[in-house]
Amino acid sequence: MPEITYRQAIHDAMVEEMRRDDKVFLIGEDIGTYGGAFGVSAGMLEEFGPDRIRETPISEQAIVGAAAGAAMVGMRPIAEMMFMDFILLAMEPLVNQAAKARYMFGGKATVPMVVRMPSGSGTGAAAQHSQSLETILMHIPGIKVVAPSTPYDAKGLLLSSIRDPNPVCFVEHKLLYKAKGEVPEGEYTIPLGVADIKRSGTDITVVSSQIMVHKTLAAAEKLQDEGISVEVVDPRTMRPLDVDTIAKSVKKTGRLLVVHEAVKTAGWAGEVMASISETPAWDYLDTPMRRLTGKDVPIPYNPNLEAAAVPQEDDILREIRAIVNNTY
Amino acid sequence: MTTEKPKMKFDNKKTTDILKKADELGFSKDDLIEIYSTMIKIRLFEEMADHLYAMGKVHGTMHLSAGQEGVAVGTGLVMRPEDYLLNHHRGHGHLIANGADVNKMMAEFLGKQTGYCRGRGGSMHIADVEANNLGANGIVGGGIELAAGVGLAIQMQNQERIVLVIFGDGAANEGIFHESLNMAAIWDLPVVYLCENNQYGMSADVSRVSSKVPFRGRAEAHGIPGYYIDGNDVLAVYEYMKQAIDHARSRKGPVFVEAQTYRYFGHSKSDRNLYRTKEEISEWRAKGPITRFEELLMKADMMTDQDIERIKKDMTRIIDEAVEFAENSPEPDVNNVTEWVYA
Repeated sequence: MPEITYRQAIHDAMVEEMRRDDKVFLIGEDIGTYGGAFGVSAGMLEEFGPDRIRETPISEQAIVGAAAGAAMVGMRPIAEMMFMDFILLAMEPLVNQAAKARYMFGGKATVPMVVRMPSGSGTGAAAQHSQSLETILMHIPGIKVVAPSTPYDAKGLLLSSIRDPNPVCFVEHKLLYKAKGEVPEGEYTIPLGVADIKRSGTDITVVSSQIMVHKTLAAAEKLQDEGISVEVVDPRTMRPLDVDTIAKSVKKTGRLLVVHEAVKTAGWAGEVMASISETPAWDYLDTPMRRLTGKDVPIPYNPNLEAAAVPQEDDILREIRAIVNNTY
Repeated sequence: MTTEKPKMKFDNKKTTDILKKADELGFSKDDLIEIYSTMIKIRLFEEMADHLYAMGKVHGTMHLSAGQEGVAVGTGLVMRPEDYLLNHHRGHGHLIANGADVNKMMAEFLGKQTGYCRGRGGSMHIADVEANNLGANGIVGGGIELAAGVGLAIQMQNQERIVLVIFGDGAANEGIFHESLNMAAIWDLPVVYLCENNQYGMSADVSRVSSKVPFRGRAEAHGIPGYYIDGNDVLAVYEYMKQAIDHARSRKGPVFVEAQTYRYFGHSKSDRNLYRTKEEISEWRAKGPITRFEELLMKADMMTDQDIERIKKDMTRIIDEAVEFAENSPEPDVNNVTEWVYA
């Protein structure tokens, strides 16, 4: 199977879907000649022209509002937020319009739109360009939230997101854009709401997403040598959350750690743990459920501070050892 | 703090000779009677809504448009079935003027399963997507957020339709107003922006909270033609909205019209009218759109007292039937409360 980057996988999904369906178009800032701030739409202007690669003024509220309006009347827009942080400027059309139109109008509207947004720290962009805000989005009924960790998942999930009849927030971790992985040629989709076991193990379940999946997998590899067998579950879709797959894994391992880059307080680790506590998997737990998350701070600029603000591989190693050895 | 209201001159000429004006606009006598009847229908709907609320039959709040019928009817007449409507929270009048079924409106108002939104939306969210009514909006400026996207969809699909977005004077001070106008202007989108200025954003006097009125200048700043008209002159509204909608339909880009009017009832049910005087309200009632149109029709011998009585009787019957329909309609099944969150 050919290896491509996460960036290329997202690019390919958009291109292939735009070739297949003329209702699909991309709308956002600097997505044309510049190719998007992270280069995801490079070359798309040449193929599809300025009507369908719709470059906008710096008006996030109007971009997401326009996507919602176009979606309500039959188009399938993909809106790009240059950084996930900027979705905060567009929460009104996303939350009060797109997410609610169907319910509020008694099931008579559909809003098939995708908002793509790069999340995460590690680029030295500091507090306003580094956030992981997926929990805020997960809180809203009517929205789906997707957060892929690999090129394979990114392509298959983006195709499903574009074809989904609901507003989908598609969260791309900016440190993953260069990550490579195997992606089959041609069309395939991955259903939304289905988690993926990225590594099988028997001693502990670690639920991680996006960049944390890779850090957890690296830690798991090292722990294997210490005789600790780690199962890594990647939810892939944050809402709807595949609690069944996580619960099944917890029943097998008897231990649960949730790792995310987003800050701790009211982060989605709490949602995972609360959901597990409501299932029979609770009875199988040998130790308390734990979470390892971003610290409750804005992301700082200095590289050492920045790294210290979010979980790193060593933190994951330490936390897993502590849980398995009952020394937490 | 008192605000001296600036003197503002309308772009339209006041309708004085209704025969001449009707001839110019191509309206027959029957058309004029129809216009009058629709305004009466709206007024009676709103008065009934107020009455039902007073009787304790309404669960939520409501925003009544009595006094603003001229803007609604003058505009609704221009709209074609394929045109899209984005409405504001005080939108009953526009729905009726655009041909909505008052039975389904009243049922929605009472939260019934037979209502436009199956009781999920209420007065503030009435929509009929199949009929291209994309909904009233509870967020001030909410429709403006969606308008450019609807215009873009029309343009990308090369369709001969327009999107009309109606909002109040309050929404002109939301940031999205400028984002949306700019976007529509740079892409020449077929969006008609209708600012229905009823002088108060809740209790805030428009001239106190706005740097410059009328708002026409803000549209012109974006290169969009702007008009300021008398919203209580129903034929003037028709004349200007016809031009505006034709302009957008012929792919000449967006247009902005501000129609000056006045609401008689409070902002919502909690309003005690502390920010305006009884005298001011009576003054505006005396120059309301229905009164003025009625006087013109009577003066031209096109309508008699008997006609008025008959029209009011007919419209009262329609509204009474709507109430009966709504009251006899089933409640939504609470077991379905989570239905329709996702498609």
